[in-house]
Amino acid sequence: MITAESNKLKDFVMHNARDFATLLALIILGLIITIMEPIFFTSANLINVINQSAINAIIAIGMTFVILSAGIDLSVGSIVAFAGVVLGSVIKLGGPEGIMPLGVATVLGLGAALLVGTLCGTVNGSFVVFGEMHPFISTLGMMSIARGFALLWTGGRPIFGYHQSFRWFGNGSIGPLPTQVVLCVLLYIIAWWVLKYTKFGRYTYAIGGNEEATRLSGINVGFHKIMIFSINGLMAAVAAIILTARLDSASPISGLGYELDAIAAVTIGGTSQRGGEGKIFGSLVGSLIIGVLRNGLNLLNVSSYTQQIVIGFVIIFAVMLDMKTKKK
Amino acid sequence: MEKTIVKMENIVMEFPGVRALDNVSFEADRGEVHVLLGENGAGKSTLTKILAGVYKETSGKMFLENEVYEINNIREAREKGVTMIFQELNLVPHLSVAENIFLGRAPKGRFGIDWKKMNEDAARLLKSLHVDIEPTAVVKHLGVARQQMVEIAKALSFESSVIVMDEPTAALTESEIDELFKVIRKLKSENVCIIYISHRMDELLEIGDRVTVLRDGQYVSTVKVKETNVNELITLMVGRSLEQQYPKEIHEKGGVAIEVKNLSQNKNNLKNISFKAHRGEVVGFAGLMGAGRTELMRAVFGADRFENGKVFINDKEVSITKPGDAINNGIGFLTEDRKGQGLVLLLGVDQNVTLSNLDAISVKSILNLDKEKKLVRKHINDLSIKTPHIYQKAKYLSGGNQQKVVLAKWLTTQSDIIIFDEPTRGIDVGAKVEIYKIMNEMTKRGAAIIMVSSELPEILGMSDRIYVMREGEIKGELKYEEADQEKIMSLATGGR
Repeated sequence: MITAESNKLKDFVMHNARDFATLLALIILGLIITIMEPIFFTSANLINVINQSAINAIIAIGMTFVILSAGIDLSVGSIVAFAGVVLGSVIKLGGPEGIMPLGVATVLGLGAALLVGTLCGTVNGSFVVFGEMHPFISTLGMMSIARGFALLWTGGRPIFGYHQSFRWFGNGSIGPLPTQVVLCVLLYIIAWWVLKYTKFGRYTYAIGGNEEATRLSGINVGFHKIMIFSINGLMAAVAAIILTARLDSASPISGLGYELDAIAAVTIGGTSQRGGEGKIFGSLVGSLIIGVLRNGLNLLNVSSYTQQIVIGFVIIFAVMLDMKTKKK
Repeated sequence: MEKTIVKMENIVMEFPGVRALDNVSFEADRGEVHVLLGENGAGKSTLTKILAGVYKETSGKMFLENEVYEINNIREAREKGVTMIFQELNLVPHLSVAENIFLGRAPKGRFGIDWKKMNEDAARLLKSLHVDIEPTAVVKHLGVARQQMVEIAKALSFESSVIVMDEPTAALTESEIDELFKVIRKLKSENVCIIYISHRMDELLEIGDRVTVLRDGQYVSTVKVKETNVNELITLMVGRSLEQQYPKEIHEKGGVAIEVKNLSQNKNNLKNISFKAHRGEVVGFAGLMGAGRTELMRAVFGADRFENGKVFINDKEVSITKPGDAINNGIGFLTEDRKGQGLVLLLGVDQNVTLSNLDAISVKSILNLDKEKKLVRKHINDLSIKTPHIYQKAKYLSGGNQQKVVLAKWLTTQSDIIIFDEPTRGIDVGAKVEIYKIMNEMTKRGAAIIMVSSELPEILGMSDRIYVMREGEIKGELKYEEADQEKIMSLATGGR
């Protein structure tokens, strides 16, 4: 029997208290920076912030799935580089001097990048499931492997100079909004829908909450874990496409440290490192907090060295706050 | 020197919600093997753990060699000469025998540890026990029996005058038990007091001097081994009569719902197990802890692989290699560890109930949350699960309501063969009766129930038929009418 009458509004607020808190933190942070440096609150700068946050936010989508299922993935930064150089090199096969029309090469390049990213994730997941390895280790290995492939593929040199219709992914716009921002929001909506309305989403939470109970409920846990890591690889590949288009360059040393930013965004967004608890939009807000912080510190002329220190403390503080509130 | 060495008076031990020991007094002598006997949960381990400093008693007094004995932890107990050898041995697997014996107090030489002296000291201790173990051997390479010897040597290195052994033979072979008994006799001749916890009748009659029986956290009696027999001990151990807290209804039996033939599994030493359960029947599985009942059920459910054996559902052979196979064949499994294996505590009641059958509320993998809500509400009402709302996280429910949520999970899969492993462990009395009534309701509708339980009254009170397991085998089958506590215990302990 249901022992309490539900109050929809109250339930909604209670249920989402953590997300409102994160959002509030973002707004307060914005206010403080605006007071210290009014340039922050201009449309040009705000679009700039969102633009800069989009790539991290997209990687954080996949990372949210991984962390929700009580995993971790350190290899996404390297996957960004690997998928990026595959993308670049395939596009370079097109054009007047190439072996195929530019359009075909571009489509093939996009497909190859997405495939390579996804496969890296599949390999990660397979080691975790069949090798019974801790994801920290298997993805640490992949971090080095994917980076190595990227360097080997290019001989260590960046591949640059792309045609404008490809660069649309990084500097074009859909209506008034930058392409990457629209893409990012779209992906977040899809991820939210998957987590809330599909079996796969439900299993992601269940595996993170209690893997053994999930297995004993008849669910193929191994398959779902591999899928989760594959999605993470796919998201890294999407990020690679945007990054390459924006910088007009695919470098084998790009994406350094991206895994840390993504993990930080997910963590600040309230997803528990122990899995089973968290929300996808928290990660979006988490990436915006990191983006706003970086941008604000830049505007205030704080050196990038100091920024690292500040962001480190923010992560620790966010997790501490999270643990305190969850204990209650 | 006085004979009595350990004296515990009016010991009370309370854990949250449970009184594990209720005014228990206990004495043991020098040079004596004093056996503590009782069913699971009788309080044997708790009592000895208080003596060894693992738990701090709620109230009561203890004396050692006529002096007030007050300790706060294992280390203090050991310094006063009381050591406990736990069932799950406490050695560091990667270190050597000598390192383990002198862990944390290795003899110091000029350059750190004096290895030579440490190994010599260890060798001397082991020799005094007449066991042939190299002090430099790495512990993980030793068998369980030899690891136990290392534990005993370690106890001796503290010059212990009282050694507690918690079911020391549980994992030993016959010949290893003989070895252990030799060592125990040797210790006895050196005036060490051994407090020996065991279920095995034959064994305690062989090695024990006196037996103290505990039941439900209370002291029952102390008898001399020479003046007693197995039957008397079993009666002392189980004692109580069946109270009417088991609302058992007997329903018409249908066909055989599940039959297992000759199941064997090496990993857990399950040997050639055959059993069946009819529709409308509750089949009890009795036995002591470690008899292999849970392992058997996990194998039948597909949670663990088994090498040999066939499973028939409704007289048709089926292949079960993973839980999904069992579920598709209508089997549901309420595990003994509800929180660790039954529920996803962070998820709501709703999501736990539907977890094993999301297909029922989805089309092509897309969930219909309204349908889910309705389904969950129905189960909450049917089983009267008490929860503020359907989204309440499972971790905030009481034990009884958690169990009902797990049960609801198996009702969504339309399971009609339900395995209950310790169905009422950690559940208060009122909720227990509710669970039994649900069982009645299910058998009435033609479900088959397999119930593993370590509580004999529960087995006797709710089963139509009872299998008794010991050491990975079914040792007997009893009908409702012919079963009593003595028969079950003697099958379960092998005392005949």
